[in-house]
Amino acid sequence: MIHNIEYETMPREALESIQLKRLQAVISHVYAAVPFYRKKLEEANILPGDIKSLKDLQRLPFTTKQDLRDNYPFGMFAVPMANVVRIHASSGTTGQPTVVGYTARDIDTWAELMARALSAAGAGRGDIIHNAYGYGLFTGGLGVHYGAEKLGASVIPVSGGNTKRQAIIMRDFKPTILTATPSYTLHLAEAAEEMGISFKNLHFKAGIFGAEPWSEDMRTEIEHKLNMDALDIYGLSEVMGPGVAIECIEAKHGLHIFEDHFIPEIINPETGAVLPYGETGELVFTTITKEAFPILRYRTRDITTLNPDPCICGRTLVRMGKVSGRTDDMLIIRGVNVFPSQIESVLMQVKGVEPHYQLVVDRVDNLDTLTVRVEIGENLFSDEVKKLQELEKQISKDIKETLGVSAKVQLAEPKSIARSEGKAMRVIDNRKI
Amino acid sequence: MQAEQISIFIENKAGRLSDVTGILAEADVNIRALAVADTSDFGVLRLIVDNNAKAEDVLKKSGFTVRKTRVVAVEVNDTPGGLHHILNVLKEAGINVEYMYAFVQQSGNNAIMIFRFDQTEPAIQVLQKKGVTVIDGKTLSTL
Repeated sequence: MIHNIEYETMPREALESIQLKRLQAVISHVYAAVPFYRKKLEEANILPGDIKSLKDLQRLPFTTKQDLRDNYPFGMFAVPMANVVRIHASSGTTGQPTVVGYTARDIDTWAELMARALSAAGAGRGDIIHNAYGYGLFTGGLGVHYGAEKLGASVIPVSGGNTKRQAIIMRDFKPTILTATPSYTLHLAEAAEEMGISFKNLHFKAGIFGAEPWSEDMRTEIEHKLNMDALDIYGLSEVMGPGVAIECIEAKHGLHIFEDHFIPEIINPETGAVLPYGETGELVFTTITKEAFPILRYRTRDITTLNPDPCICGRTLVRMGKVSGRTDDMLIIRGVNVFPSQIESVLMQVKGVEPHYQLVVDRVDNLDTLTVRVEIGENLFSDEVKKLQELEKQISKDIKETLGVSAKVQLAEPKSIARSEGKAMRVIDNRKI
Repeated sequence: MQAEQISIFIENKAGRLSDVTGILAEADVNIRALAVADTSDFGVLRLIVDNNAKAEDVLKKSGFTVRKTRVVAVEVNDTPGGLHHILNVLKEAGINVEYMYAFVQQSGNNAIMIFRFDQTEPAIQVLQKKGVTVIDGKTLSTL
């Protein structure tokens, strides 16, 4: 089903002319309202009036995660706080989280796009949506929620966690659409199975899975085990939240980007050069309708491709491939962004710990697990096992408090962590995505 | 009156223990007593050897984390209630035993136990006051 026939199936030429007008407007807006962008544009010798075609977008400077951190918390907001009705924040990386704001119109746009996404999965009025994305600062829960209401579907705001209760709700409320992270979904399925609740007997038609990378193999597994169509959704808080792009149930082949609101580009992450359609590179987004938090050429660090071929579903919107990797070393563990450098800074605060550590990520019973191996030097070593175990617990607690992710800490012998060219192999990701 | 023990951190994986014994054999160091405390992923190997300095040196050179710990070697009557008597003396003095293990060699007709206490000096004093023989490190290495 196509929620917004006019925009989702618009001929490319008409779409591009709308994009240009909106792009020009957003550049004028940020130039006037956000000192950060004014300075950047001035440094690049660009005035808002210089943007005469979509190609001119390539002349604009990029915006990075670091820029958002530097302007923490509200420095990138383009409207006064009086016009901001919602604030979300991403999980904090080393130091600051990134904070984003929405005007009432932004929330409405987001709801519209999320309604389109749900619709692309076949949802509509009369459907019951089991929304297991976390509600809170994370954009997942509320993003889906508003879209579901906009669509006129019935939404169960079950949020994450409390798996047994979720299984009972799924059995008793008979939801037809599931929205969750793919790893939590598989975990939920196993827990339900143990309680004697089989997904085969549930009423799900489709699931919309996102907030972490997942593979075609996982799609096959979910569809087979859970007896539903599984669709990928893409979004990030810096650009909006869930609903930036969605797979259609007809093709399940690439995620349609809602280009009447966002302009995607693929660049070479080394040089910044824009790559033609079909080539693999870093995904970059410019928002063209957002009021409170417009962003120009934001480098997502996600690696993918863009495919402009017409789709059997009728949408004319370009499709991005499933995200195949990241340009940085960020790990997503149970939906939480984790950088090795964050773990390192936690370790450095423990007296005597040496900076030799390794993160081992696994997927056990469909849930991500993080093991932090730390080499033990003479300063920390004790002949008493009790003290060593206390040390492991202390580090684990510090990681949990700082990063919000549970980790098992394992002491390791000196030099036991493999080093390549003197540099430790920081991350071993054993997850099969 | 204290004795010296060498503690070594080892990961719980096959062959690690024999790596340590191999290094010591090569250096001609004799192991006089040994105990392993282990968890699911690591262990602490505790050794009394005849040449601490050498043992520490060769193990560190091989990349092991090594630490020297003060322990107490105590003569225990090799009769029923022998160990109990000693533990009782310690209990009454409020001294906690962190760990203990047996020494291979005997001292005359008595067995020898190696103790690690939470308070080493007070433990030695209270044991000696009660007539328990504490063996110093030098004597221990000549047994």
